[in-house]
Amino acid sequence: MKLKRAKKAPTTVVASPGDLSAHDARRSRSLVTPEGVDLHLRLGDAGERAAALLIDLAIIVGVLIAFSLVTLLAFFGAKGKGGDVIATVWMLVFFVLRNLYFVIFELTPGAATPGKRAMGLRVAARNGGRLTADAIFARNAMREIELYLPLSFLIVNNSQVGAWISLAGLLWCGVFLLFPLFNRDRLRVGDLVAGTWVVKAPRRKLVPDLARTSRPSPGRFAFTQAQLDAYGVKELHVLEDVLRRYETKTIALVAARIRLKIGWKVAPEESDGDFLAAYYAALRGRLESRLLLGKRRKDKHDQS
Amino acid sequence: MEQLQLKSSRFRAEREDDWRRLEKLLAKVGKGSARALSDEELLAMPVLYRQALSSLSVARATSLDQSLVDYLESLSTRAYFFVYGTRSSLVERLSGFFAREWPAAAKALWRETLFSFALTLIGVAAAYYLTMHDTEWFHAFVPESLAGGRGPAATTEAMRATLYDKGGDHSGLSVFAAFLFTHNSGVAIFAFALGFAFCLPTAMLMTYNGAMLGAFLAAFTMRGLGFEAGGWLAIHGVTEISAVILAGAAGLRIGWTLAFPGDQSRPAAMAQAGRQSATLMAGVVVMLFCAGILEGVGRQVIQNDFARYGIALATLILWPAYLYLPRRRKAGS
Repeated sequence: MKLKRAKKAPTTVVASPGDLSAHDARRSRSLVTPEGVDLHLRLGDAGERAAALLIDLAIIVGVLIAFSLVTLLAFFGAKGKGGDVIATVWMLVFFVLRNLYFVIFELTPGAATPGKRAMGLRVAARNGGRLTADAIFARNAMREIELYLPLSFLIVNNSQVGAWISLAGLLWCGVFLLFPLFNRDRLRVGDLVAGTWVVKAPRRKLVPDLARTSRPSPGRFAFTQAQLDAYGVKELHVLEDVLRRYETKTIALVAARIRLKIGWKVAPEESDGDFLAAYYAALRGRLESRLLLGKRRKDKHDQS
Repeated sequence: MEQLQLKSSRFRAEREDDWRRLEKLLAKVGKGSARALSDEELLAMPVLYRQALSSLSVARATSLDQSLVDYLESLSTRAYFFVYGTRSSLVERLSGFFAREWPAAAKALWRETLFSFALTLIGVAAAYYLTMHDTEWFHAFVPESLAGGRGPAATTEAMRATLYDKGGDHSGLSVFAAFLFTHNSGVAIFAFALGFAFCLPTAMLMTYNGAMLGAFLAAFTMRGLGFEAGGWLAIHGVTEISAVILAGAAGLRIGWTLAFPGDQSRPAAMAQAGRQSATLMAGVVVMLFCAGILEGVGRQVIQNDFARYGIALATLILWPAYLYLPRRRKAGS
């Protein structure tokens, strides 16, 4: 039973980052800067985009309701006198919220609405150039057929137009609504028309270097060359992941597995964490020094 | 201990401060705008950006610290978007739009504009002809809510009354203007977006819009009120109908490009067409704003037919002159 679990757990750990890199490769697009460095942009996936849209819609509806309540209060407060001004302002605010909310926020330096910002997304020009105002206007004008038309079909009184026409309209709109799911770059119709796409712009923190911080006293762990040649870069990255998360159970399992693989004899009072940190540092040193000589050992099966 | 340290760790220790400084500047920009930075910081930005990029290249080639490479990628990407992003101020952008971009877009879409104009004209002619022959057609073209009591069945006096504002009470005009502007802009943007479906819905919308106009004119001409109705319509109609025709042209351009992208690849052609039409659409919204004021306020205040025609004529000259007259090129541009 124990053996079974020990076998199973590390494989899932190894498998998930493997899948992740395959997943990343599908979403990864090259953006070569004028300095000649590829930035490896990652596209926002459909789930994140949908979540961002829902957040934005919630904000729009929320602001509209709050503003309507305020105008109602103002109307009653003024005893119907300033009705003109209040009605005019309300209509203009409604117009701005409905048609210009996305445009205004995407014109800011962050090129993202609050919803997109919350999901770590931003809009970028597909050709890597400047994101211009006309592109932002174009991509958001298209929301009219992608978003508001289907919504109006849902809201419209069915007894007036008949259920079948309503259904047909909804189907027709569905083509536009689900358009992003049917192309490789997850482009909306608006993105296609404006030449933009939505990419991830995550803020990452600079985390401490594992090889420096968690290094135990030197000399306690001395690995032979053969022991360090057991693994490649892929396994190193998995090990990094494990060490950064530092879940006691996984640490114990991975340590046991590595010890078995390289034939390491456990010294008394040797902690699993220390062993893994030391092995990580030594393995990285070995692989990096080979990297300097132009040999990148992909994974443990790579015999170069 | 020192010689045990990895080369990649030493590399990181040497440059970490610069990365952190760049990160701090970017956070500052993210909160406010580029103006949040002092001159010194603004000058440091491109230098720090290039350092981060070169660090990224080195890290990719020599470091196996995955989190470090990820961090540098995200840092460089954010700095790239800042360094190569747009930084012109709102005033510069607006003046550029009115001085160059909008007329240039209108000129570039002249073929679509002509086509859209022709469709509207066909709609007007067909509906006028049909309604003159059989008044029942009026109801086919004009929905009841829009007709508002006008129509072949109404008396001449009632028809005349709809053309002129009786009382001197001008309250509610701003509401009316705001309603007209927001409603028409919504419809225009909708007409533009519909163009994506291979032009057809936009073309139909243009023809139908013309048909409504034709039916209206026919209903008034039958009562000998053609001249008065013309003034009532033209004071804002010149601006409004031109705006709708331009919106249709913008929609036709994207639909046409989607079907026939020409020499470029389809996405590239679409992007170019989309941006050009969007510029024109922004102009359309401006025109509809003017039309809203002319219709909501001007038409109610001005009751004289000749004054109405005068304003209509002025708009008829001004808009095309602004959009289509050739202008001097700026030196160097």
